[in-house]
Amino acid sequence: MMEITEGSHAIAKIVARCRPQVVSAYPITPQTHIVEALADYVADCKLDADYITVENEMSALSACIGASAAGSRVYSATTSQGLALMFEACFNAAGMRLPIIMSIANRALGAPLSIWNDQQDSISLRDSGWLQFYAEDNQEATDMHIIAYKVAEDHSVLLPVFVCFDGFILSHTYEPVDMLPQEDVDKYLPKFTPYEKLDAEDPISFGMYATPEYYHEFRYEIDRAAKRAADVYRKAAKDFAGMFGRDYSGLIEEYRMEDAETAIVAMGSICGTIKDAIDEMRDAGKKVGLVRIRVFRPFPDKEIAQALAKTKRVAVLDKNISLGSKGAVALEVKDAMYGKTIPVLYYILGLGGRDVRKRDIAAIVALAEKGEGDMFYGLRKEVL
Amino acid sequence: MVDKSLELFDSGHRACGGCGAALAARLVLKGAGKNTIVVSSTGCMEVFSTPYPETAWKVPWIHSLFENAAAVASGVEASLKKQGRTEKVVIMGGDGATFDIGMICISGAFERGHDFTYICYDNEAYMNTGIQRSGATPYDASTTTSPAGKCSFGNKRPKKDMPQILAAHGAPYVATASVAYPADLMQKVEKAINTKGPCYLQVHAPCCTGWGFEGEQTIAIAKLAIETGLWVNFEMIDGKVAKVKKVVRKPVEEYLKTQKRFRHLFKPKRQDAEIAAIQAIADRNAEKYGIDIKLKKE
Repeated sequence: MMEITEGSHAIAKIVARCRPQVVSAYPITPQTHIVEALADYVADCKLDADYITVENEMSALSACIGASAAGSRVYSATTSQGLALMFEACFNAAGMRLPIIMSIANRALGAPLSIWNDQQDSISLRDSGWLQFYAEDNQEATDMHIIAYKVAEDHSVLLPVFVCFDGFILSHTYEPVDMLPQEDVDKYLPKFTPYEKLDAEDPISFGMYATPEYYHEFRYEIDRAAKRAADVYRKAAKDFAGMFGRDYSGLIEEYRMEDAETAIVAMGSICGTIKDAIDEMRDAGKKVGLVRIRVFRPFPDKEIAQALAKTKRVAVLDKNISLGSKGAVALEVKDAMYGKTIPVLYYILGLGGRDVRKRDIAAIVALAEKGEGDMFYGLRKEVL
Repeated sequence: MVDKSLELFDSGHRACGGCGAALAARLVLKGAGKNTIVVSSTGCMEVFSTPYPETAWKVPWIHSLFENAAAVASGVEASLKKQGRTEKVVIMGGDGATFDIGMICISGAFERGHDFTYICYDNEAYMNTGIQRSGATPYDASTTTSPAGKCSFGNKRPKKDMPQILAAHGAPYVATASVAYPADLMQKVEKAINTKGPCYLQVHAPCCTGWGFEGEQTIAIAKLAIETGLWVNFEMIDGKVAKVKKVVRKPVEEYLKTQKRFRHLFKPKRQDAEIAAIQAIADRNAEKYGIDIKLKKE
């Protein structure tokens, strides 16, 4: 049913329809509206979950680890500093192969303190073993949670997932969203069947320590599962499209790439603005296209290389910076394009909530055409 | 009644001979029984009992991180509740995990009132990393981060009073026990797991390697801690002391002399003022808990 609703509320409603048995979260802007809405559902008996109001994010994810290991479907949500506080538990959850779903309302990391959007938080956990999905709009953010459970809980994957959407830009924006009713979600997403669980009838040990003789192989297995997740994702999203008509089955989305000379690569809500800017540039005769990364982990390097193969130049827009190096997305795109002669330029932009408008996209395309890039875009003059 | 003849903590683990913590694990599981899920924090016990692919735990067991066992247990308990399952949740954390790095997490979990039993095996320092001081290290104990030296007598502060802190959270059952009194320890575990709400049991678990004594002395030393009043075995129900182990007290130096961590109080010369300060700690314990058995005058 189509509803005009705030992004956070749409996500909360769909998460509730995924029937998590344990929810554990700690309030942090701009994630709060999601966890408040879930608390309301529990208080009104609309969601039959145990809601653990923890004392910090570290404990939020830790409680999810315990509940998932004991055999429950679990949910958490956080952002920015909260995610940073979970750093240790993030690696742990993936290492223990627990299919936890966590919403990330993407936000900048301090210092300086900023409550506004960029993607530094989830990007900084790129090596943790969590799969990472990035939504462009609230419809996709909402649907992705259902698909995320399906992928994470698949016994050939068993890895946790960040469902990422830009803080405020999506979380606090009202948009029409087609909300799948409970019976549809139930049809798509069966009851959680843990691969193994803490059970007095069949005792096993979780989270043992590994000596140098074994540790290496554990990491290999996690990596292999993360890579296997690409096919599992494609199939899960295809099934979703077959049932409900919305197709997210590409790990990337190509927009007007058919004869593009300049390709933009980006993730998240900025892609809506980019698509509008591309339409205008196309009208003016410029051959510009977009490759939107929907799944950042596992990284779709082959798809990206193929999509960019016939372009003359690539402009990667990074809402993050690996300080002292480059934008994290650019680094991976450059790797995907290794051996090709097409220049890959990166532009750091939109950090800490700085607005990115259509004219900025046009300006970046103009810079790329001149071969100018590898820069912070749109800096205030006094620092230059 | 729990069947206490079951051995649920298996032999063959990697603890030192005479390890108080290993004995504590064995006795705790005897008291808790088969229908138990154990959550461990990182530490000596976790390491000596679970080198992959071996495990000493014959009940379901999970270790996540150093500081988060109480939160992991909160999740386990919530999940069991939702599934209508009956297993009891028991946390096993060392004193570093309990008094120091896990303190926020424990406070949160006790305040929320989860139905679990938190057991701290207290060997009074970070033993796994090489005997560094913790908030549980006693006054004047020499550790690798509170070494005795020319201008130091070792650890500068007395032990943090964790049982009182958790009693202040409204915990329905808070108790202390010692590996030297196994029947009492098992009974307290059984009582704790059958008390609804968050319960706390702090078990004195001497560490031969960290404290500096021969492995066969573990029980004798644990007993001396009680007999000198430096460790008090008590039970608190709803915040009130309900039961205390009474003793005919011995002077503290009988305990101190048995361990290398206190050697600097006797050699190269006897430090009377420091020994008197430790005696005062035992005297305060005795007064606070009323542990002294008054002998009738002949």
